Amino acid sequence: MTQVRVLAGTRKGAFVLTSDAKRKKWSVSGPHFGGWEIYHLKGSPVNPDRIYASQNTSWFGQLIQRSDDGGLSWEPVGNDFTYAGGDPGTHPWYDDTPRPWEFKRIWHLEPSLTDPDTVYAGGEDAALYKSVDGGTSWTELTGLRTHPTGQTWPPGAGGLCLHTIILQEPRIYVAISSAGTFRSDDGGETFRPVNRGLVSEGIPDPDAEVGHCVHHVEAHPSRPDTLFMQKHWDVMRSDDGGENWTEVSGNLPTDFGFPIAVHPHEPETLYVVPITSDSLHYPPDGQLRVWRSRAGGNEWEPLTAGLPQRDCYVNIYRDAMQVDTLESAGVYFGTTGGQVYVSADSGDTWDAIVHDLPAVLSVEVQVLP
Amino acid sequence: MTADAPVIEVRVVLPVHLRTLARVGSEVTVKVPGGELTQRRLLDAVEAEFPVLLGTMRDRNTGKRRALVRFYACEQDLSNEAPDAPLPAVVAAAIATGREPFLVVGAMAGG
Repeated sequence: MTQVRVLAGTRKGAFVLTSDAKRKKWSVSGPHFGGWEIYHLKGSPVNPDRIYASQNTSWFGQLIQRSDDGGLSWEPVGNDFTYAGGDPGTHPWYDDTPRPWEFKRIWHLEPSLTDPDTVYAGGEDAALYKSVDGGTSWTELTGLRTHPTGQTWPPGAGGLCLHTIILQEPRIYVAISSAGTFRSDDGGETFRPVNRGLVSEGIPDPDAEVGHCVHHVEAHPSRPDTLFMQKHWDVMRSDDGGENWTEVSGNLPTDFGFPIAVHPHEPETLYVVPITSDSLHYPPDGQLRVWRSRAGGNEWEPLTAGLPQRDCYVNIYRDAMQVDTLESAGVYFGTTGGQVYVSADSGDTWDAIVHDLPAVLSVEVQVLP
Repeated sequence: MTADAPVIEVRVVLPVHLRTLARVGSEVTVKVPGGELTQRRLLDAVEAEFPVLLGTMRDRNTGKRRALVRFYACEQDLSNEAPDAPLPAVVAAAIATGREPFLVVGAMAGG
């Protein structure tokens, strides 16, 4: 019987939520790694019971956990995220003073599409790591950080974090706040910025190659050259592999936000959750609304059924919205208020799976046969 | 002490998150090779016994104490002592004889 498994990373542990294909009744297990920040968990597309989790606290640093039984049990694996090549140098701090590059945490884990032992990790301060032994050892793919612009990347408000990894091997896209989007066409050996068309009000040069605060990027598997981006402000799309971007914010009430998702069966159907502004990280008017475009952007409709429409002041982080692959597509998102919402009908109606988790940092979804 | 000195068994109390990680109880005993008792050699022994703790107390590359981890013994805060400095004689004696444990503590820093 088909099962849906939602992996929720939170500020105080990981939770595994399971249901059948109806997605009405849910079981909750957790917290796993109680008390630790779990920025992200993600299962291998090849072996869904192989799940990787990023575990961190400011006290005890970074760990990577691995499960081979769908999250029932976990084993710590490697946590040596050394910058390759010795002294990594500096990057500009918020006040433009040079700041030594310093590893802090892993924001995102992206398992390979073909090999369960291969997994990529996006770090803060921005670096891309790869493991080919199930997370036991990690090697930095230095072609990203050592790009000539690397020494000019400033941190976003949440840090200089590499938060998006899209694998279309040998092509790899990554996104960094606040450097922008980068593309490799050689399996991660070399990267180049792909940010033409992004305009950021904090950057005086309208043609700036880097320095953009990209919040999240998604692509539909059937259209690898089409990318959708939620930027600090602006919702953007590219139809040429990131070479050129155009704004598709259209009629959104505000185009600030963090996540963006693409419908699993309709590559022009998008979801965003507009947030009031960069200083007011909650929905406009206290109304939690997912906005859907069925036209690839520009024309958006609010989705409200089942979502709180008054007194709601939560945020939705960049890795906290996902879709499943069932015929009646599911859309999921988690909030800083500890709710995880599901829509089993492409966003038309919503239910809360859980109400009271710690602040949700990430949501991933697996459909199991 | 000399390099030929016998192995010293040291009691170490870990903070709760590291106990969970290492799958141990509130206190462990580690064997520190003979020689001067220093924080570095003591923590090396802890990490050798429990490799999962690598990087959780000290930076993996620099060996520097993590900012929110503290080291105590005999009611003394040793956190800012040089890692290679011999522990104060009274502390070393108490630890080496098992009268007192070495405490690894998560700093009180909110949260």
